Amino acid sequence: MKSSFLLCLVLALAMTTVSPAFAADPAGDVTLAEDPNAPVNFTWTLIAAFLVFLMQGGFAMLEGGLVRAKNVSNIMMKNLSDFAIGSLGFWAIGFPLMFGTSVAGIFGASKWLLTGEAYDVSTYLLWIFQMVFAGTAATIASGAMAERTKFRTYYIISFIITSLIYPVYGHWVWGGGWLSTLPFGLGHVDFAGSGVVHMVGGGAGLAGALLLGARIGKYDKDGKPRAIPGHSISMVMLGVFLLWFGWFGFNPGSTLAATELRISIIAVTTLLAGSAGGVAATLYTWKKFGRPDVTMAGNGVIAGLVAITAPSAWVEAWAAVVIGLAAGFIMVESVLLFERKGVDDPIGAISCHLIAGIWGLISVGIFADGTYGLYTTEAPMVVGLLYGGGVGQLVAQVIGVAANFAWVFGTSYSILWVLKKTLGLRVSKEEELVGLDLSEHGAVGYPYFVSRPEERSE
Amino acid sequence: MKKIEAIIRNEKLSEVRKALLEADILGITVYEVRGRGRQKDLELQFRGREYKIDLLPKIKIELMIGDNDVEKAVNLLIRTASTGQIGDGKITILPIDDIIRIRTGERGEEAI
Repeated sequence: MKSSFLLCLVLALAMTTVSPAFAADPAGDVTLAEDPNAPVNFTWTLIAAFLVFLMQGGFAMLEGGLVRAKNVSNIMMKNLSDFAIGSLGFWAIGFPLMFGTSVAGIFGASKWLLTGEAYDVSTYLLWIFQMVFAGTAATIASGAMAERTKFRTYYIISFIITSLIYPVYGHWVWGGGWLSTLPFGLGHVDFAGSGVVHMVGGGAGLAGALLLGARIGKYDKDGKPRAIPGHSISMVMLGVFLLWFGWFGFNPGSTLAATELRISIIAVTTLLAGSAGGVAATLYTWKKFGRPDVTMAGNGVIAGLVAITAPSAWVEAWAAVVIGLAAGFIMVESVLLFERKGVDDPIGAISCHLIAGIWGLISVGIFADGTYGLYTTEAPMVVGLLYGGGVGQLVAQVIGVAANFAWVFGTSYSILWVLKKTLGLRVSKEEELVGLDLSEHGAVGYPYFVSRPEERSE
Repeated sequence: MKKIEAIIRNEKLSEVRKALLEADILGITVYEVRGRGRQKDLELQFRGREYKIDLLPKIKIELMIGDNDVEKAVNLLIRTASTGQIGDGKITILPIDDIIRIRTGERGEEAI
């Protein structure tokens, strides 16, 4: 692992030293002289990136609250580590694969290590915005695999998600790859990443959950699912709110330009879809279980936000509400279905991100109203079925869903399968029972539940 | 001298404490405990799945009482800790051999 990473580094450096540095503007003066809007657009994009970064904290709280107290240190470490190791992978390999010069529309291959031509204010701006997105995809998988995955193996798969699985698919959609040039509609479109980010994280999480198997105690001897309550509902809801707040960077920020005044529309569709998802999950669980389920309501908000991510710039308010309501309802049914089928996803990541992400991509082909184009006010506009666009866009969206799942699930399942056979994927039964905090880190989340200073033997 | 141990409902502690202080019974030790008696299981719900808790959270208090005040303390506890529902708890009365105040070495009821 270590040696192959070093090899990649050396190779990448060798390639950058031979490529000439042209048009790079590391100081920013040329960019500023050419574009008077650069300051407002840079500021907008950076602030949005910082908001998206905060979503890492949101995921940490959401996942942390939904696991048991004996695994909270472990899930915090996973949330920290997938971002830290993932950003190095995205810097060295991922970003070049995603946004480098396209090789046959399959992957990119330049801008290695942000050197040479990539040592440029605009490229660095794109990098940080895209990096926080890649980090979001990686961290989603940790939730579906929570409470039983070996830390070592998780560390490796995180690195692989952000440096290979995420960027290759990202290239197909956002890097000028083959999905973006499909001959249907305007090609497959995904405004802020229902597919690129959320389906990727959810798909990898599904592969992980399937290979891991359920947590000890999740099913009784007759195979009936049992509740394993999370340890802090306050953490869960703080997480939901941090994510919701961060999403105002995620979606509106994806214009990469404050001069695109569409950002106000996007902010509103984002808010409304989140609310609608929360309302749908609240009312539906209330009817179904007799009481409004607290953490499912939180998941409902997330599902609504995931679904609106792809269409956020291309739909109007009422459509955002419909998309969010449907997402909340689909998420609840999906959580229960996966649970019945024996897929143990402690935080509902697969349902919130993979399933609601699929719905989000498809909803573009239905609800896009033809008032906004591809990150620009200029034609061609994105038009869905309900606005006279025919089925073209819908077809492109469905192809994107299929390609996403095939690539992400295929690669993550294969890689995790190999890791399972070599390093091992799951901790031992004893380690799982005592909790991953102790067995994987020797550092519990709540030390004074376990011992008090005056009780130490030395 | 008697030791009174009482298991009461969590939400009754402040009412019991207030009454004890008004009755000039100052000393008290309080534990957060879990246990069960005849009360039904607590039915909880998480992500649509129901689960039951039969070891319920309760408060246990311990009092050291002079022989003459035992009935007063017991009546006070019954009055303030009761709701009339199953799960109000129990009072037990135990003999005490001796009580020693650590600071002064006083013994017996003097040390209460």
